[in-house]
Amino acid sequence: MSVRAGAGAGAGAGAGAGAAAGVRSVARIVARDDGRGGTSLPVLESDGPLALRRTRSAGAGARVMLVGAMSGPLGGDHFTVEGRVEEGARLSVGSAAATIALPGQAKGDARYDVRLTVADQGELHWLPEQLISAQGSDLKVATRVELAPTARLVLREEQVLGRVGEEPGRLTSRLTVRVAGQAVLDQELACGPGASGGWDGPAVMAGHRAIGQLVVVRPEFAAEPVTAAVLGEGASLVPLAGPAALVTAVAPDALRLRRLLDEALASLPRA
Amino acid sequence: MSRAALLVLADGRFPAGGHAHSGGAEAAVKAGRISGAASLEAFCRGRLHTAGLVAAGLAAAAALGIDPVALDRAADARTPSPALRVAARKLGRQLLRAARATWPSAELDALGREFPKGAHQPVVLGLAARAAGLGPVDAAYCAAYESVSGPASATVRLLSLDPFDATRVLARLAPEVDRVADRAVEAAREAVTEGPDALPAGSAPLLEIGAEAHAGWPVRLFAS
Amino acid sequence: MHLDHSHHGPTTVSADAHRPDGSRRALRIGLGGPVGSGKTATVAALCRMLRDELSLAVVTNDIYTREDAEFLLREAVLPPERITAVETGACPHTAIRDDISANLEAVEDLEDMAGPLDLVLVESGGDNLTATFSKGLVDAQIFVIDVAGGDDIPRKGGPGVTTADLLVVNKTDLAPYVGSDLARMAADAKAQRAELPVVFQSLRSEAGVADVAAWVRSRLAEWTA
Repeated sequence: MSVRAGAGAGAGAGAGAGAAAGVRSVARIVARDDGRGGTSLPVLESDGPLALRRTRSAGAGARVMLVGAMSGPLGGDHFTVEGRVEEGARLSVGSAAATIALPGQAKGDARYDVRLTVADQGELHWLPEQLISAQGSDLKVATRVELAPTARLVLREEQVLGRVGEEPGRLTSRLTVRVAGQAVLDQELACGPGASGGWDGPAVMAGHRAIGQLVVVRPEFAAEPVTAAVLGEGASLVPLAGPAALVTAVAPDALRLRRLLDEALASLPRA
Repeated sequence: MSRAALLVLADGRFPAGGHAHSGGAEAAVKAGRISGAASLEAFCRGRLHTAGLVAAGLAAAAALGIDPVALDRAADARTPSPALRVAARKLGRQLLRAARATWPSAELDALGREFPKGAHQPVVLGLAARAAGLGPVDAAYCAAYESVSGPASATVRLLSLDPFDATRVLARLAPEVDRVADRAVEAAREAVTEGPDALPAGSAPLLEIGAEAHAGWPVRLFAS
Repeated sequence: MHLDHSHHGPTTVSADAHRPDGSRRALRIGLGGPVGSGKTATVAALCRMLRDELSLAVVTNDIYTREDAEFLLREAVLPPERITAVETGACPHTAIRDDISANLEAVEDLEDMAGPLDLVLVESGGDNLTATFSKGLVDAQIFVIDVAGGDDIPRKGGPGVTTADLLVVNKTDLAPYVGSDLARMAADAKAQRAELPVVFQSLRSEAGVADVAAWVRSRLAEWTA
């Protein structure tokens, strides 16, 4: 396991070298076609607060739950989850509970990096619970997915700005999805105190406290893209420039957001 | 280089089709999210730091000579809404026509051959700035300013808003336009060595969702 | 005649009389005039009269999205691929005069998709008496007014009435009902326009749009000469 010291010292963190170091942890999953129609997990490495558990799977693929063994990430922490789905393997990853970004003793922001790769004929369902940005927290999330030309993906990201009745912390999240080396989606959203102006205004969030994205990549979308649709007041389904579809939704709270995303996923043609 | 060329390129009357687009303001007005000068300002501020920053980064990168094909792909990835991709290419094609007539250049001709149906407008803007003898800072300023001046003038028409109020909104946003242009140029310089991934990717969910709703209206005043 | 065709370097821009492949492009005629004067009805009648002898297409510039285009589609005066609507951001006069880029894209796309074409009619949404077409967009323009809009419009003049290549005074059948004096309108128009032609028409009469169609044919003969 590689703990990358100093990886959190990015631009804008403003952390002094003498600041108390946060927790560095890297969890890794590798999913492999076991040659008997199933998927094995030759690598399933938990690390500190990032605990991974294999769970019973309904289908041919492997199923993993991310279990939060400690609360976090706190300020100064740097979590990384790496997932690799090898050729022909099928992996589904969820989490046991919402992740809450909290303020910490250590100076500087917290970072949460998710790096996923899916090889040809592989399939990844990445469906964690919400990320909640608690008051006073400062978290940068970066999710990067690299897909081979015939790989498949269902990925959900949900962010909730503040616990009930609470002002949000600062949350910056970037989501990049590449298919065959080509970016089909590259977006960053910054919310909360200290974020650039207008984030809560009529062009961006307009007072909504939950935001979610659902990315679906299927090779067949190249020839038959989804039809763009508006799903009520705060959600849309669109074909991306590539073999992918995106649902973007904003909602007053996490519950209504999840309902919008679930309905959108159900509305897609059966894979 | 002529400083005044920047005024020509940034002039709202530069005949490149911008007048028919509201930058999402028409959808926001209909949804009740823009109802006067204060909400127009909040709308423009949010657009400036998201779509405006992205456009400014792309324009600055194109002005620095980064491959426009790669930049156009980067623009696609940063524009999930197909309605907005269509609008950006339409405006890019119109801008290319105006720029080629105004500042004939082999680079602009090549861009027209590469993208007969239009490249993303900010990419064309950056190359137009180059053709006009301007630099990345100028291109970033044009893009950042356009990202707010378009919705402001559209809102004057949509709400019969007092034009002095709309202009005051733009003046109040000026320091933030400066910061956005600076950030965009910094990122564009990074992209010269790191590639287009280094460019800003700010997104505005309600602009994206609103653009899709707007594209489906049977009756509207603005093209986007 | 103000057919000012000049080449601007190697690229095709605005008024260039040739397409990129060197062939002569279609003649472009603009139709403007106040709201309700009968521009769209005149365009529809021209299409019906000319569509069997000419290859033609229409670009509309609406205040609202595609109302005029929808009307022409409903009336089935041309196949749908020959009708394009340009969205104008509530300002048709800007789209036909100050910033013609969207209209130029539209006429060129029509020639690429439905061409070769002899004639493209570019209709402006009803705007006001000052709306005129850019010479970068059209080769000639028709200004359509009607007797019900007030018989003092020719006397008042304005760029459309004064400078249009053809002035059409429409709905002459209504003159007795609205108290318009056709002789006075003709005299005022003559005073404003000197030798520029004026057509009085009623689309409900047997002659219908025949005079305007004849004028269009003569312009086309000059264009292709």
